[in-house]
Amino acid sequence: MAVAEDAGSTGHRAAASSGAKRPSRLLRNPMSKIALVPMIAIALVVFLGGTVWTIVYSFTDSGLLPRLDWAGLEQYDRLWSTRKWIVSIQNLALYGFASMIGTLVIGFTLAALLDRKIRFEGVFRSIFLYPFALSFIVTGLVWQWILNPQFGVQGIVRGWGWESFSFDPLNNPNIVMWGLLIAGLWQGTGLVMCIMLAGLRGIDEDIWKASRVDGIPVWKTYIRVIIPMMRPVFVTALVLIASGIVKLYDLVVAQTGGGPGISSEVPAKYVMSAMFGSQNLGQGFAASSMMLLSVVIILIPWAYLEFGGKKRG
Amino acid sequence: MNDMSQTATGNPSVSIQDLDLSFGAVKVLQGLNLDIAEGEFLVLLGSSGCGKSTLLNCIAGLLDVSDGQIWIKGKNVTWAEPSDRGIGMVFQSYALYPQMTVKGNLSFGLKNARVPKDEIERRVARAAEVLQIEPLLDRKPGALSGGQRQRVAIGRALVRDVDVFLFDEPLSNLDAKLRADLRVELKRLHNQLQNTMIYVTHDQVEAMTLADRIAIMKGGEIMQLGSPDEIYNRPRNRYVADFIGSPSMNFMDGHLENGVFSTDELRMPMDGYEFTARQPGGPAILGIRPEHVVTGELVSGAPVQHEVTVDLVEPMGSDTLVWAKLGEQIFRIRMDGQSRVKPGETMVIGLDPSRASLFDAGTEDRL
Amino acid sequence: MANPATLGATGAAMDASRGQMSSDHHRGPRPKKALSRRNIMLYGVLIVVSLYYLLPLYVMIVTSLKGMPEIRMGNVFGPPLEVTFEPWAKAWSQACTGINCDGLSRGFFNSVQILIPSVLMSIAVASVSGYALSMWKFRGSEVFFTILLMGAFIPYQVMIYPVVLLLRNMGLFGSLSGLVLVHTVFGMPILVLLFRNYFASLPVELFKAARVDGAGFWQIFFRIMAPMSLPIFVVAMILQVTGIWNDFLFGVIYTRPDQYPMTVQLNNIVNSVQGVKEYNVNMAATLLTGLVPLTVYFVSGKLFVRGIAAGAVKG
Repeated sequence: MAVAEDAGSTGHRAAASSGAKRPSRLLRNPMSKIALVPMIAIALVVFLGGTVWTIVYSFTDSGLLPRLDWAGLEQYDRLWSTRKWIVSIQNLALYGFASMIGTLVIGFTLAALLDRKIRFEGVFRSIFLYPFALSFIVTGLVWQWILNPQFGVQGIVRGWGWESFSFDPLNNPNIVMWGLLIAGLWQGTGLVMCIMLAGLRGIDEDIWKASRVDGIPVWKTYIRVIIPMMRPVFVTALVLIASGIVKLYDLVVAQTGGGPGISSEVPAKYVMSAMFGSQNLGQGFAASSMMLLSVVIILIPWAYLEFGGKKRG
Repeated sequence: MNDMSQTATGNPSVSIQDLDLSFGAVKVLQGLNLDIAEGEFLVLLGSSGCGKSTLLNCIAGLLDVSDGQIWIKGKNVTWAEPSDRGIGMVFQSYALYPQMTVKGNLSFGLKNARVPKDEIERRVARAAEVLQIEPLLDRKPGALSGGQRQRVAIGRALVRDVDVFLFDEPLSNLDAKLRADLRVELKRLHNQLQNTMIYVTHDQVEAMTLADRIAIMKGGEIMQLGSPDEIYNRPRNRYVADFIGSPSMNFMDGHLENGVFSTDELRMPMDGYEFTARQPGGPAILGIRPEHVVTGELVSGAPVQHEVTVDLVEPMGSDTLVWAKLGEQIFRIRMDGQSRVKPGETMVIGLDPSRASLFDAGTEDRL
Repeated sequence: MANPATLGATGAAMDASRGQMSSDHHRGPRPKKALSRRNIMLYGVLIVVSLYYLLPLYVMIVTSLKGMPEIRMGNVFGPPLEVTFEPWAKAWSQACTGINCDGLSRGFFNSVQILIPSVLMSIAVASVSGYALSMWKFRGSEVFFTILLMGAFIPYQVMIYPVVLLLRNMGLFGSLSGLVLVHTVFGMPILVLLFRNYFASLPVELFKAARVDGAGFWQIFFRIMAPMSLPIFVVAMILQVTGIWNDFLFGVIYTRPDQYPMTVQLNNIVNSVQGVKEYNVNMAATLLTGLVPLTVYFVSGKLFVRGIAAGAVKG
């Protein structure tokens, strides 16, 4: 055990002269270091090593198996001249933008409503959050059913007599992403609401008292005082939503399968089909490296705000 | 200030030699030397961030030092595990293990050291008796009051049967009355056990009442090491003079020449003052404690008299604090609680050079 | 909308107002009308939004209880005229994927076999790592932790293939233990963060006292820290149970078809192109798959919220 080993090294120290060196850093409390070996291995081998490996191999012409035949930027050239990838990127941009705005607005509004000291707050919160407990597969499948053109929303409205009503996102390439968005918002807003609610609860009650004494309307207090105060919460929520959007995959697989045609393809799905479907590993590596790049582009400003800001404060 | 260690007498129980500790570029302790005698009650006193708790943690082995040595009972323990150093420690937040009973708390360390069962029983029983916590042995810490918890925490150090006790602000979490009671108990405990005790606090009353010697720390260095009496009456520098005593000492900038301290307002021959060096001179600071200023009939007996104007009166019951103006200088005077003075009045005060302190204006060291 | 203070008072005032109508004359009229209109709006909005959130759950339930003829005639929102549990039975034991017709039960048991060891292992490794990181810091430990945290933001797609190779080298590719390992690895960032922050919030003096008492690394963990940390272990468990149960990506990549977890099995059943679409069976299957995390969610209540908040806000 740690104690025994250190006691041993102590005896050796006590005999040594005052100029003697301290015991080796590695040997002090060795158990605490051994216990961290799994974590360090995961961080270095899987996360760091895996990422570097994929980036390196994205510059090769690996096909069925990875091999180090350098191909320069060829994979990236091909990637950016593939229509499916361009569509994927466009879809993700559209979905990402709409979902970010939608999640923030809905999440904050719901949180603000719940923060009005209402009754049954717990019940409402449970209702808004339960979709988050479900998997994307379940979410995708149930919305696929609700949006079924024959029996779902469109069918019902037509049944009411509005024969020309059309809302068929799952078969209409132009609006299929909105169909995904409805499901995505349904599942994800609860989480953001929870974060926002925690943020609102962290705001000093006296702020409300002060604004009331000053006669500022509630909505104005939210916009002019509360939201600026919650900037860090918004930033956190934004980062969270953004990193979730990049991973968008299961929902598409379950709800639309990328269709109709390729109209709801997303980058993560492109990577998967390149790697495991068409046995074109190099393409998969290049596409996933591009995904990583987009995350880095999102994260760097955030990291700057978070950690650069601390130094200033 | 390395010469301070020489004040300890006999074979030191704890000896700290040239201790350095830095976190990155920040030096928390530098070149610290301190010898603590067998059975001595030493208080490390200072404001927060002065390094007193850090020093205690180094002695306990809870922080790795950057350089230097720590000896306890003639053994170099600089790199020994905390449990192998022959110390017991009491923390500010008690740090009782919440899911163990009081008895479990007391015996945890002994079990780890594989002390035989009957020996554990004996030591726990003795500690419980000394601290009068026998009825609490089967309770959990959550069911105890603050004072009881701190007693258990002391008991945990007691059962270890060690020579050196370390206290890290043990009374700071208690309310004022309980703190005073436990302070007396601690003093009694020390008299009874005669262990070496090192006690960290920022409370000067605790320091003055408990200590055999006080080490006043600032910026990772010991400013002065001495008996409470010495520290109070002969502060080594202006910082110590200012830190000890409440309300704090009055300081006046002036000039010292041929044994006479003078400002624009005041001329004070320093007869009876014990200078540390012969014939100092030049810019100097005079320090006089508010309680060493005499008023009323006693003034006529004082070597130096001066007139002041009363600015503000703070009656506090047992005594009255008068904020007066000596020229442009604010001057605090502690008077009897029943004194009746009013703002705007003038009064004559008496000062005694033998009870004052003089500091060099540049180095702020005692002259 | 009204101020919190007003609203709190209004509730009480409304209760009392009925009995106090007469005394209102002396005090002047209460401004209760405007306030209650605000309340109606507030609750109205909340109820409408709640309906939107509850709708899919309702649709799942009613569809799964209908027979196919009724579905073909009616709409998704209509309640079942004739309740039947046939679809549930079929979804559980007979529904076909492209490969087999064992229903969801196979996926369920696979998921259980994946879930239990994955949850235990990930929590064991992460709790010890978090403990070591918060209490036994050494030079460089924070660097490793930062790298680990960044792993939470890297898209899984970037690391998928290297992990395939690693598992293949270990001979674990396509096996349940391989998938358990993958879940442990990818659960690490959030769990270690959770545990590290929790242990860091415990009083450090407790740790010091235990060191003085001669307790070593494992003793402090098992005797002192772990017994104090039950809530955070529960939070971690909730997080992992729902997360691993809901996983689709790793299940589809790192296991063989006969070991597919429930989510993958479900997707294969519903989206299989063969045969006639049996919407009632599909919805019963979907509901069955969602039942485990939903149960966890509704049973755990506040702890679930605490888990995601801890994971989210600090992440």
